Amino acid sequence: MMTLNLEIWRQKNSQDSGRFATYQLSGITPDMSFLEMLDLLNEQLIKKGEAPVEFDSDCREGICGSCGLVINGQAHGKEMATTTCELYMRHFQDGDTIVIEPWRAKAFPVLRDLCVDRTAFDRIIAAGGYTSAKSGPHPDGNAILISKPVADSAMESATCIGCGACVAACPNASASLFTAAKISQLAVLPQGQVERGRRVFRMVRQMDAEGFGNCTNIGECRAACPKEISIDNIATMKREYAAALLRGDES
Amino acid sequence: MNLDAKIPSGPLEEKWSKHKGDIKLVNPTNKRKHTVLVVGTGLAGASAAASLAELGYKVQVFCIQDSPRRAHSIAAQGGINAAKNYPNDGDSVYRLFYDTVKGGDFRSREANVYRLAQMSPNIIDQCVAQGVPFAREYSGELANRSFGGTQVSRTFYARGQTGQQLLLGAYQALMRQVDAGKVQVFDRREMLDLVLVDGKARGIICRNLTTGAIERYAGDSVLLATGGYGRVFFLSTNAFNSNATAIWRAHKKGAAFANPCFTQIHPTCIPVSGDHQSKLTLMSESLRNDGRVWVPKDPVDRKKDPSTIPDDKRDYFLERKYPSFGNLVPRDVASRNAKEACDKGLGVGASGLAVYLDFKDAITRDGHKVISDKYGNLFDMYEKITDESPWKVPMRIFPAVHYTMGGLWVDYNLMSNIPGLHVLGEANFSDHGANRLGASALMQGLCDGYFVIPYTLGHYIASTTLSKVDTQHPAFAEAEAGVRASIDRLVATGKKGQKTALEIYRELGHVMWEHVGMARNEKGLKSAVDMIRKLREEFKENLRIPADTDGINKNLEVAGRVEDFLQLGELMAKDALIREESCGGHFREEYQTPEGEALRNDDKFCHVAAWEWKGENQEEVRHVEPLAFENIHLAQRSYK
Repeated sequence: MMTLNLEIWRQKNSQDSGRFATYQLSGITPDMSFLEMLDLLNEQLIKKGEAPVEFDSDCREGICGSCGLVINGQAHGKEMATTTCELYMRHFQDGDTIVIEPWRAKAFPVLRDLCVDRTAFDRIIAAGGYTSAKSGPHPDGNAILISKPVADSAMESATCIGCGACVAACPNASASLFTAAKISQLAVLPQGQVERGRRVFRMVRQMDAEGFGNCTNIGECRAACPKEISIDNIATMKREYAAALLRGDES
Repeated sequence: MNLDAKIPSGPLEEKWSKHKGDIKLVNPTNKRKHTVLVVGTGLAGASAAASLAELGYKVQVFCIQDSPRRAHSIAAQGGINAAKNYPNDGDSVYRLFYDTVKGGDFRSREANVYRLAQMSPNIIDQCVAQGVPFAREYSGELANRSFGGTQVSRTFYARGQTGQQLLLGAYQALMRQVDAGKVQVFDRREMLDLVLVDGKARGIICRNLTTGAIERYAGDSVLLATGGYGRVFFLSTNAFNSNATAIWRAHKKGAAFANPCFTQIHPTCIPVSGDHQSKLTLMSESLRNDGRVWVPKDPVDRKKDPSTIPDDKRDYFLERKYPSFGNLVPRDVASRNAKEACDKGLGVGASGLAVYLDFKDAITRDGHKVISDKYGNLFDMYEKITDESPWKVPMRIFPAVHYTMGGLWVDYNLMSNIPGLHVLGEANFSDHGANRLGASALMQGLCDGYFVIPYTLGHYIASTTLSKVDTQHPAFAEAEAGVRASIDRLVATGKKGQKTALEIYRELGHVMWEHVGMARNEKGLKSAVDMIRKLREEFKENLRIPADTDGINKNLEVAGRVEDFLQLGELMAKDALIREESCGGHFREEYQTPEGEALRNDDKFCHVAAWEWKGENQEEVRHVEPLAFENIHLAQRSYK
């Protein structure tokens, strides 16, 4: 059983300026997940008549991308390739102080406590993160042969869960890794060729319009990414952009 | 209650094409005059919303998450079935149809399942066109693997993240329509009531989960694609926020609830580690392609290091009892056998509630690379949770609640008994009978959304007189007042009580798991009804929740869902009590074969049980839709 000191960001709503609050929590076991530790804290706060700490989570197995906390200054904590919900308390010691903050980025306004608004990501996808294949009959799946390395490369990029850790970790709050992962996935696949230029133009423009910063090749995004999305995707995005400009693709 | 399934006449193979030829169409310029409300953005909801918007309808979409991309379909791991027969191993539409009906223990509708099997190849083509990165062979062709309850390889997959990739495909199609101005997304909204005007579904009442505002939305049809109700067991593989509120409140407005007791317990989940646990994690069924399930033959070995137990001291019980299907028996069979082994005192791990799933032979046979390519992410996930590496020691697994075959009753057009209320995906009851085969949930969700509802919704709109209704209609005011009153009631109790919503939720889950879980009997089910009623009283008197209603208050959300689960749980127990037979996932201990397999009673229970809400504190009424098997001979299910 561990006892921890928690310093948690409390903010009533997006207008509130916010502040840290300190809590001491005991009864934590190594098999608890980080979010279950927060559940325990909240149960105690509710019984005391205090407002619980609000945070987003859903699947609690690392795939939905809902959860995301800055833990001791690092997005999703210090374990590599791990979402907050997959972080277990066995990685902490009795008596530790843990500082817990929301994602911090201009494009991700805080809604309450540790919940942020990430709808900017949806708008980036809406700008072009798809093939325009309508529902209905299509050629047989095997009519398009895709080599295994190409399929695997598309899959590597496609595993992004849209959690926003890349933005939270980036000193510029850039969404380049998120945006580039989708652009790369569709750029390597034959199905993505038709709209290739238009896609990169529109998605990059939307990313900028949302108020995300620029990429300056620092690489914090890759280190924080729970799905280990490669920073090569950003190089691909830049090449795709340049190539589309050179081709004179419709923007 | 009218439970006409509206199955088209004619031979099974021709029903759907004949139906498509017969149903009415809405012309393109008229489609844009109709608004459709889609609740839920998983595979069924997102694919339906995108497809309807492409056709020209105005679509409004609602999800409880902060983005439609996070719906729980995202967590589906193993794959999606389709009768493509690419491996040339004898698959066909008929075989997929037959396997699904047999897997469901002959408690589903032939016509619905046949349509699903017929559409399955189109789903793969659709997803490939969207750029879903399915696994490929070196030839560049799509790869397949096997799932339980089948003897062919018909499962398409994208590593262990197939649900994620299919959902992102549907989500992207949806966002394309947002960009085109055809779809409006309302995220962080929870549907709390269905609005009926002239007996037709014409709108919904939502709570804005960010601001707490109660909002009204009107349309010409409501589509519920809100998933299953496995969280009634509290611990399940479902996401933390998965809930039954949307379908339950529609049920209270008159929609029949079909086969509520049909619950799927998935055999391969990571065992419970303690009382703090908030959810369970599935280890994909695909692992049973290569993993071997065993327990020690002698109880004295159960605490030993498994690597020191020689082969002749191990009982590979699935391979022994079911030589033709081996480790790939259907989920209900695998779960029951794991429970039986643990009940005999052979279970492993600290709690004794686990069996081994061992990859040693597969790693020796195929090498690290091949196994890593297939299951690498699942092995990582297992290690993160348990701190043990499946490369070194066998996984420990135990059954957990995973899926609910029951749901709102729908006809062949996916419409409930309330005109205009359509129900898609896991939220309906239609295709899986008493047990769903692995990799068939993704198939059904996408079939409903991409290929069925685009036809049948048009038929409803074209054949119905829809008066002009907006949110100022008195029916909206009345529904809104009801929602406000129920929230006020929760908050008023919540200031005084002592138990949190999660505490009561856990207690309900415990009752459900013990008495309405893997094995059920009359005594247990009756006691479950009593215990749930007591819990419901306690919930009314002794709930404690934070009082803030005008901002994010996730405990208030949970409390509302628990209130609904406390009613649904009782209905599940009653449904299980009345169904005096064992079939699929519904195993009544009183009804089993001498070998301990499920014993159906086709004379008395070859039907769908559909329950009608009669009001608070009134007994629900059970109606029956008989099931006719014209193409498949009803047989005792055997996987030996």
